[in-house]
Amino acid sequence: MLGLDKRDTKFLLIVIFLTLATPILLQPFPESSTLAQFNAGYPDLMQRFAIFGIFAIGFNILFGLTGYLSFGHAAFLGIGSYSVVWMYKLLDYNVIWGLPLAVILSGLFALVIGYVSLRRSGIYFSILTLAFAQMSFNLAYSVLTPITNGETGLQVYTDDPQILMGATEPTSPHLFGIVMNQSAKINLGDWVFTFNNGYYFCAIIAIIAFYISLRIFRSPFGLMLRAIKSNQQRLNYTGLNARPYTLAAFVISGMYAGLAGGLMASMDPLAGAERMQWTASGEVVLMTILGGVGTMMGPVLGAGVIKYMENIFSKINEQVLHSWFGWLPDSLEGFVIFIAEHFVGSGWHMTSGVLFMLVVIFLPGGLVEGGQRIKAMFNNRGGDDADDPEHHPKHAPHVAE
Amino acid sequence: MGILEVKGVGKRFGGLQALGDVNLSVQEQTVHAIIGPNGAGKSTLLNCFVGKLIPDEGSVLFNGQSLLGRTPHEITQMGVSRVFQTPEIFGDLSVMENMMIPCFAKRDGAFRMHAFESVDNESELIEKAEQMLIDVNMVDKRNMNAASMSRGDKRRLEMAMCLVQDPKLLLLDEPTAGMARADTNNTIDLLKEIKEKRDITMAIIEHDMHVVFSLADRITVLAQGTPLVEDTPQNIKDNPKVREAYLGETQQ
Ligand SMILES: Nc1ncnc2c1ncn2[C@@H]1O[C@H](COP(=O)(O)OP(=O)(O)OP(=O)(O)O)[C@@H](O)[C@H]1O
Ligand SMILES: [Mg+2]
Repeated sequence: MLGLDKRDTKFLLIVIFLTLATPILLQPFPESSTLAQFNAGYPDLMQRFAIFGIFAIGFNILFGLTGYLSFGHAAFLGIGSYSVVWMYKLLDYNVIWGLPLAVILSGLFALVIGYVSLRRSGIYFSILTLAFAQMSFNLAYSVLTPITNGETGLQVYTDDPQILMGATEPTSPHLFGIVMNQSAKINLGDWVFTFNNGYYFCAIIAIIAFYISLRIFRSPFGLMLRAIKSNQQRLNYTGLNARPYTLAAFVISGMYAGLAGGLMASMDPLAGAERMQWTASGEVVLMTILGGVGTMMGPVLGAGVIKYMENIFSKINEQVLHSWFGWLPDSLEGFVIFIAEHFVGSGWHMTSGVLFMLVVIFLPGGLVEGGQRIKAMFNNRGGDDADDPEHHPKHAPHVAE
Repeated sequence: MGILEVKGVGKRFGGLQALGDVNLSVQEQTVHAIIGPNGAGKSTLLNCFVGKLIPDEGSVLFNGQSLLGRTPHEITQMGVSRVFQTPEIFGDLSVMENMMIPCFAKRDGAFRMHAFESVDNESELIEKAEQMLIDVNMVDKRNMNAASMSRGDKRRLEMAMCLVQDPKLLLLDEPTAGMARADTNNTIDLLKEIKEKRDITMAIIEHDMHVVFSLADRITVLAQGTPLVEDTPQNIKDNPKVREAYLGETQQ
């Protein structure tokens, strides 16, 4: 189906199901239980899952396949957001104008930045991309204030032209009248499920983005990108020019980032320079490594885990900790809370740092490798003699897993 | 005029004169062996042919066209393939994927944006790659990870990757080093067969004299960066200067 073999079709269908069912799957705990705070089925968070999933999927096409580690992809995120907000200001709140522009503009920027940065490889490439991104950040923050509105950030004002704005048109981002921040709430007993327009818009785009990336992974082009990571010397002596391949991968991943940035502004009509900060570039690197570099699911998984943790851990405050550890003797409780409070709230980065270190040290293949190990453990216990030995040990790992 | 004409090539590395005034003419559809002691400059000479090194002086003509100043991928696309002294393969990929890449390069050129086709649908190329694997006796390893194979297998794979592109000139840098005796003999047979069946010229560097004398039509002896003599295998065997400089150390 759709140019995919049986195995990949099944894989895609599972991803589609999980994505569409997210508002239900992420709401496992009833509202009245104390565990309800671990639910993740609210629009804002689910939108971020989808958007950062797109960002990470695109980043993985560059980093996962070719091995070129960019530290500047947040620049494209910013360009995408500014494009969309500008279209709100000039035309109207329909996201249909801004998103294509976001993809095209970030693609053009990626072409220029990639062309220059890819003259070097390894750490020098990373530094060049970082330098470009910091330059873009500074331009957005101060030099280009007329375009970016500097520190304040770009937003829509009532005196903006909005030449296509109709009298009855919604005054927040929408797609032909489907308003992004509207949701349908369904109460089922003690459970509340929120089906948000914005989330489903992002989710459908994320599924398309995932499908395109799956096709790229299986294509001759994808094979060449993996060959670049494996042995560039052999690639050259096979008669292939690595430069246009890496540049194409860079531009594609830049366009994914621009799309993600555009979607951020489609959910919330704002664009700020801080979106281009190097910390945002670093975050997508963490997501990709945490989930599993070069795998299809890894980056999405990594994006989900980091965004979930950010949300859950930053919500926990001292009061919550007291309610958890209240049963301990007073002195011990004080001590435990003293330690724990550094890992929650604004200190959640400590937790993500610890998790990241554990994964890199014990699971260099990321969470996907963890999943594979667990699967292998079960398979071994089951004693699968029936398995064709030719299809197991020592084989090149399938990139889909 | 030969398919490969090397005139007055010289290369220095700092104070070391690795190559000096090398003249060499490789005739079409022959096997030309280059032998010489370690450090004689054999690999350096090949590096000057394929764009890995640029010689300080001299010229290298392939089919009448200069190879100097061209990039490795351009030279390969012209029909010059190289097997390296230490095997250069795509270690992270499977054997079959290793074979598919040169097939694509041969058909599609140095770059093509085929991002929406599927590798699995290229039945013609898959067949070609498989046939080549059969020829080198590796078809049973088609799904293996290339890095996990023995050094001899890596070499055979690398050779197959070059041969599948049907090169006009194949440069082999010690193709049988690290191979078991049986594999060495298979490689000799394979190269002999290829030589008879195809329009191919080979330049081969080799320390194993059995391989050299089984394959070569002409032999150049290189010592300290300059050719000592060039002659037929029989005359080289009998040449006292060569025996002294080189063969004496390796034979028997
Ligand atoms: N890139 C380089 N930089 C500096 N010196 C080099 C370089 N490449 C080769 N050399 C030197 O040039 C000389 C010739 O080396 P080369 O590798 O061509 O020898 P060779 O005949 O292939 O030897 P072997 O039989 O051991 O492979 C050696 O002294 C080597 O150390
Ligand atoms: Mg050598």
